[in-house]
Amino acid sequence: MIPAIAVDNLTKRYGKFTALENVNLTLNEHRIYGLLGRNGAGKTTLMRILTAQEFATSGSVAVFGKAPYENEAVLSRVCFIKESQVYPQHLRVRHALGAAALVYPNWDERFARSLLEDFQLPADRLVKKLSRGMLSALGIIIGLASRAPLTFFDEPYLGLDAVARQLFYDRLLTDFSEHPRTVVLSTHLIDEVSALIEHVLLIDRGRIVLDDEVEAVRGQLLTVSGASRAVDEFAAAGTELHRTTLNGTARVTLRGAFVPADHDRARSLGLRVEAESLQELVVRLTASPRRPADAETAGDSPEKEILR
Amino acid sequence: MENDRPIFLQIAELLENAILDGSLPEETQVPSTNELAAFHRINPATAAKGVNQLVDDGTLYKRRGIGMFVSPGAREKLRTRRREEFADQYVNPLVTEARKLGISATDLKKMIDAAKERS
Repeated sequence: MIPAIAVDNLTKRYGKFTALENVNLTLNEHRIYGLLGRNGAGKTTLMRILTAQEFATSGSVAVFGKAPYENEAVLSRVCFIKESQVYPQHLRVRHALGAAALVYPNWDERFARSLLEDFQLPADRLVKKLSRGMLSALGIIIGLASRAPLTFFDEPYLGLDAVARQLFYDRLLTDFSEHPRTVVLSTHLIDEVSALIEHVLLIDRGRIVLDDEVEAVRGQLLTVSGASRAVDEFAAAGTELHRTTLNGTARVTLRGAFVPADHDRARSLGLRVEAESLQELVVRLTASPRRPADAETAGDSPEKEILR
Repeated sequence: MENDRPIFLQIAELLENAILDGSLPEETQVPSTNELAAFHRINPATAAKGVNQLVDDGTLYKRRGIGMFVSPGAREKLRTRRREEFADQYVNPLVTEARKLGISATDLKKMIDAAKERS
């Protein structure tokens, strides 16, 4: 089967800055992917290259098996909802939807109308008169109703309240069930989407640091605390990521292939067990390692030089 | 949904619990994958994995073109399995904690009897 996206050894440089470095990815059809990472990690650059809005420095990308550049057959199957989509100022909401209807072959007008009602977006309102949240809702409506075989949502909900975000998740899930397609959702709201996405892709400083099924990752991160001896005995079951100690008690965060039986074992050792969320794992994998030495040695870190 | 284990296992457990407490009697249809996904706000593939696990172990069976149903005898089988797991999940932690607090086996039995009477 041809994957929806195949990325082969992709590198993107802007002058001396390397935005993406040796990225290799395969995204299969009919799945919801979460593209995660800190600001500036390279998520948007990757999506821009995949949608032919940017050229690779080296390496290649294939979308539905073909290079996307100036390839109408490919691009008509792709919808990219950007974080801050700019619409022509004189347009009304219904014009924006009308334009989308022309661009996307799978456009579902009835679905778009029902989404307009769900998000309480007035069809006759000028786009320039929309609030930030309403503008995000418009992007979401276009992204969903386009039913494009490959849909990118790049942090689509600036200004959207929790109710509207939940509405987006619900409509996405229901419509995805009925019309399976490949969805790439880039977001910082990891806890909100962790049950929605099937696969997680985590970028850190231009490199892929996690590419796995969310279900396989869930439960991988465990924090146990209790008597040091018992903690040490259990800690052998995983890779230690973090440890704090206090008077003969220890608290250790471990990564490993834990199953419920491990929790029982930890508890029978008298340990307190906390399962950490996907968000915690992402934080652990992408937080820059702290270098306390730099902070104390005067002025030799690059950050300090910039501050001067 | 909780973080400590895969969601598909939690979905399987929820269905098992419904079978055990009688709210999903044998030979009744279980909710579809899409219904479970929408209700629990989870990925449909995850919901399907949970349902399929129960099909694989014989708790549910598929009627072609209609959906999934609770197998005859499923409740009794689940009850037997859960009883086997009961020691690991409940009794062993209880004994560990009792030992830590210096509660004797006799006292522990008395406490269990007292709790039984209250419930």
